[in-house]
Amino acid sequence: MLTEFGKIFVFILLAVAFVGIAIFAAKLIRPHRPTQEKLTTYECGENPEGTPWVQFNIRFYVVALIFLIFDVEVVLLFPWALTYQDYGLYGFLAGIIFLVVLGIGMAYEWQKGDLEWARPKPNIPYLSNLIKKNTDQTSENIIVEQTETNQTT
Amino acid sequence: MYEIINDFIQIEIVSMFISAALPLFVFILPFALFAVLAERKVSAFMQDRIGPNRVGYHGILQTVADILKLIQKEDIVAEKNDKVLFNIAPYLVFAGSFAAFAAIPFSSKYIGSHTEVGIFYIIAISSLVVAGILMGGWASNNKYSLLGAMRSAAQIISYEIPTALVVLAMIMFTGTMSLDAMSQQQTAYFWNWNILGGHETGILKIVLTPFMISGFLILFTSTLAEVNRVPFDIPEAESELVSGFHTEYTGMKFAMFFLSEYANMFAVGAIVTAVFLGGYQSPFGYIGNSIGVTWLVPIEQFFWFTAKGLFMVFVQMWLRWTLPRLRVDQLMTICWKYLIPYSFLNLIVIGIITLL
Repeated sequence: MLTEFGKIFVFILLAVAFVGIAIFAAKLIRPHRPTQEKLTTYECGENPEGTPWVQFNIRFYVVALIFLIFDVEVVLLFPWALTYQDYGLYGFLAGIIFLVVLGIGMAYEWQKGDLEWARPKPNIPYLSNLIKKNTDQTSENIIVEQTETNQTT
Repeated sequence: MYEIINDFIQIEIVSMFISAALPLFVFILPFALFAVLAERKVSAFMQDRIGPNRVGYHGILQTVADILKLIQKEDIVAEKNDKVLFNIAPYLVFAGSFAAFAAIPFSSKYIGSHTEVGIFYIIAISSLVVAGILMGGWASNNKYSLLGAMRSAAQIISYEIPTALVVLAMIMFTGTMSLDAMSQQQTAYFWNWNILGGHETGILKIVLTPFMISGFLILFTSTLAEVNRVPFDIPEAESELVSGFHTEYTGMKFAMFFLSEYANMFAVGAIVTAVFLGGYQSPFGYIGNSIGVTWLVPIEQFFWFTAKGLFMVFVQMWLRWTLPRLRVDQLMTICWKYLIPYSFLNLIVIGIITLL
């Protein structure tokens, strides 16, 4: 007796078999004459320079981490979506609280700038910067006040 | 269809293999042949060119010639490639995109597997494609491939969240995960389709419709991004990354990536159709029912499903020549800052309306 997931497994088996047969059939027909030039990695005609496993943007990891959190929570919501009507308003609110917690996490990440691809530079409050800024502001204020008094007089 | 074949053959596993082979050989392969040509003809038409017109009448045999060429192509595995992973990747990618067809209802009589978790299963199994893409890109030992694979993976997993949220809202609305049951609910006339408020009546239907339409747009956009189509094709951006994760692939292995891309195009159309556009239901009644020939109804349903699916495929081709490619930061901004918050809102509103 085939279960419904057994049928899905048949689909996957068939796909794998199809790719295998297609590649094998091509193997019987196609030529095989490797040369040194063919066997080098493609880099637009130049000789490959350095290791291809280059460092890539750290953002990819951050995106993967955020995705992980969201995906796990969404998976937990699927059973709720099927049955929440049986529990009326209570069931609905329970799911919404869950969603709100997720939303707060999202808002936090947004505010931290983790959703920007080019992340803004962290604004580290050095004491010297702070003093300089404050003195600048006060001096500006004084100038503004002076001009204002000038205008009024 | 499986039941009908089983009546003839009596051996379950054989009849299931035949039933599973039907969408592959009767549908996906002819569709890919047709769609590759159609894509080239549509793009030629939109750019005021002629397109392929040498092989056969107006170039209709062009794809057959392409396939014959691909079969004869030498299969180059470069010296520095990770051979095992490099060879496994096409299997994973094609298996992932073909397995999604197991839960797609082509008509009320043909669905690969009557599993209860339908759409959830499709979302889950399509993640296999990400693994295949990452594997291929990593094993290619090529900078373009690696970057393309990383971009592709980041894009697919990001856009999976809006897809899942919209699907979640639709599960709340229909109360089922099976695409077959969703299609059955949208029966009779086209104003019963989910995009126009489904089976709700009166004022609720009018309130619901704008949210359904926006849900449809979000689902279509994010599934489009999941299959790396233009305007979300930065993984394969040919002006910067040659051709992304399959730069190193040649011959039949490349053909498998290509085939799975076209299979995915139809899968997107099919999912959007089944969830929002009435599935296999006709927009008005069935001819078979009105003249009393019941066996005509499944055939009509198959016709309507394919027609809607192919129309969505045409829209994808149309978008390809309408919109420019997005930059990678724009892509992430659209997903995380616009689509996800809006689909949250959509989920809550549809949930409240369904509860009433």
